[in-house]
Amino acid sequence: MPSDQKIIDSNLEKDYEYGFVTDIESETIPPGLNESVIETISQKKNEPDWLLNWRLKSFRHWLKKREPDWGNIKYPDIDYQSISYFSAPKKKKLESLDEVDPQLLETYNKLGIPLEEQKMLSGVAVDAVFDSVSVATTFKQELKNAGVIFCSFSEAVREYPDLVRKYLGTVVPYTDNYFATLNSAVFTDGSFVYIPKGVRCPMELSTYFRINEANTGQFERTLIIADEGSHVSYLEGCTAPMRDENQLHAAVVELIAHKDATIKYSTVQNWYPGDPETGKGGIYNFVTKRGICLEKNSRISWTQVETGSAVTWKYPSCILKGDGSVGEFYSVAVTNNHQQADTGTKMIHLGKNTKSTIISKGISAGKGQQTYRGEVKIMKGAKQARNFSQCDSILIGDKCGAHTFPYIDVRNSSAQMEHEATTSNIGEDQLFYCNQRGISSEDAVSMIVNGFCKEVFNELPMEFAVEATKLMEITLEGSVG
Amino acid sequence: MLAIKDLHAGVEDKKILKGIDLIINPGEVHAVMGKNGSGKSTLSNVITGKDGYDIYDGQILYKNEPIIDWTPEKRALAGIFMSFQYPVAMPGVNNTYFLKAALNAKRKNAGKKDLDAAGFLKLVKEKLDDLDMDASYLKRSVNEGFSGGEKKRNEILQMLTLEPELSIMDETDSGLDIDALKIIANGVNSHRSSKRAFLVITHYQRLLKYIEPDFVHVLIDGKFVKSGGKELALELEKKGYHWLES
Repeated sequence: MPSDQKIIDSNLEKDYEYGFVTDIESETIPPGLNESVIETISQKKNEPDWLLNWRLKSFRHWLKKREPDWGNIKYPDIDYQSISYFSAPKKKKLESLDEVDPQLLETYNKLGIPLEEQKMLSGVAVDAVFDSVSVATTFKQELKNAGVIFCSFSEAVREYPDLVRKYLGTVVPYTDNYFATLNSAVFTDGSFVYIPKGVRCPMELSTYFRINEANTGQFERTLIIADEGSHVSYLEGCTAPMRDENQLHAAVVELIAHKDATIKYSTVQNWYPGDPETGKGGIYNFVTKRGICLEKNSRISWTQVETGSAVTWKYPSCILKGDGSVGEFYSVAVTNNHQQADTGTKMIHLGKNTKSTIISKGISAGKGQQTYRGEVKIMKGAKQARNFSQCDSILIGDKCGAHTFPYIDVRNSSAQMEHEATTSNIGEDQLFYCNQRGISSEDAVSMIVNGFCKEVFNELPMEFAVEATKLMEITLEGSVG
Repeated sequence: MLAIKDLHAGVEDKKILKGIDLIINPGEVHAVMGKNGSGKSTLSNVITGKDGYDIYDGQILYKNEPIIDWTPEKRALAGIFMSFQYPVAMPGVNNTYFLKAALNAKRKNAGKKDLDAAGFLKLVKEKLDDLDMDASYLKRSVNEGFSGGEKKRNEILQMLTLEPELSIMDETDSGLDIDALKIIANGVNSHRSSKRAFLVITHYQRLLKYIEPDFVHVLIDGKFVKSGGKELALELEKKGYHWLES
């Protein structure tokens, strides 16, 4: 009989399937970070003064801040002066997909997301962010008819400056944390969404992020506003080319839900995790994602499937300010080989009758280390607040780790809190049971892991659920514990 | 069908089976009876190839081929099935999906095409009726939240669907009330044929009232101390195991 360890080893050796680099001419400013670099970024993007000033204010604040060290992650010091803070494909202002660089389209094809087909497919509008500048936007007209604004962040700054100015930094202030502050200073582009009163967005909004320039930091900024009674589902998916040097990614996402509005934000993240042997070269993903349920009966739901990156530091959170508002967090995170993830959520209950649900599923294989870190805070005024948290981890093999840090802070005695946590190995008994029915260990692990993640996958929009299942198979296929 | 010759096996340095000889021909039902700790479960685990057991000596032949080096799934695909004493739960894994995956693995191995969803459902519904199980079984996760009786029925459902040639029933009667026992025995009996064989492992005689064995072997301390016909089971029921212990 082959030992389980052998099966693990042979299957964990699978290479990253989406590793390639597209050779597109791009305009990159030399590495380094100072006020003049920030002025250059702002200039290149023709930004108004208020935004430049906000960037500079953030930069000055960042200089005073220290990189956080409380995460259960280890990585070499990042030299912020060796990073180039701006990279944009040279070609601009495209009328149609025909004008998009054929090589870029080819890239999408390799990723299995042909833009042209997506236009026709299942009503998904794609705002493709390639490196830092949006180069193609589809379905714009249809969305426009519904009154929905879905565009690149830079375009929003030009076309809807009042909206941007009103909401930027209101959920994640520029002082928030080291990486969010850095992002506020140097962010290059991202997405902007505004759903007007009473509008149900006619399609899922989707952005594919790509990191394509060697040695270029990626600082995305996303702002989504759902006005009274509106509804939107937003999908974010990422893959990246193989690289030798570490690539820093520090995005900020801000969500604002007004009265009776719903925002559903789904992520499938599959950035290059680093060399399977050494862990070198993977993406560092330090992301700040936060939403506020500003008014009564609003709802924000985060769903994430994290399979990539060398280091993940990410806590999509909800501030439940409006009475009766609802926050949800559904997460599947996988760490394989040398990957490390410190991820979770924060639910801050301010309003009465607010409700939050946390379902976190962690899978560790190889030498992967994973931490769930979650905070549930019930403030004094949050009468009858309720939280349900469930954090489950499975371990595949004996060299990985799972850690759980739940923080609970309750300041109102009427709160109802439930917390469940489990950690288990993919049991030899489960594997043997499958084997005894003629099912191979590879298929068994895939079956068990997908079963384990089912509650979260059920929350994903259909097309993402399929992609997520596929990603799990690529990442873990056949690893046995 | 199955030939075990002078089998010595154990876990780590602990010897559990100390020279087992057993020949099972097609169409036969063999019962192995023994007290806890006599080596019953080790015997079934060694035949099915569970990891963690060492074989010190002897041979296991299935259809005249030595199988000791075969993986558990190869043995399963070749037609060896075990109804588990403690079937494990697999949260989130749909029972139908699991059963279909198992059946299609077997069909693929036999060079047959996958059975489609409709064909599969029709097949399973028939088996469900035979076992007095309702269709809600198919929607549940494998063994999750199942009662003891439900788990055992689910095992038999799998057996009837996969149609193995050699079925090992590991303490299938434990935790069953008399009605469930009868239903399961009927399921097993309906599966009996001149081409199939059974190895029924049990502590008590009561299952053997409903599944009549052709041979009974008494396992004590890793050895068969006595073999005989079905009347041996009744004798054990009356006298206990004590009189056979040296």
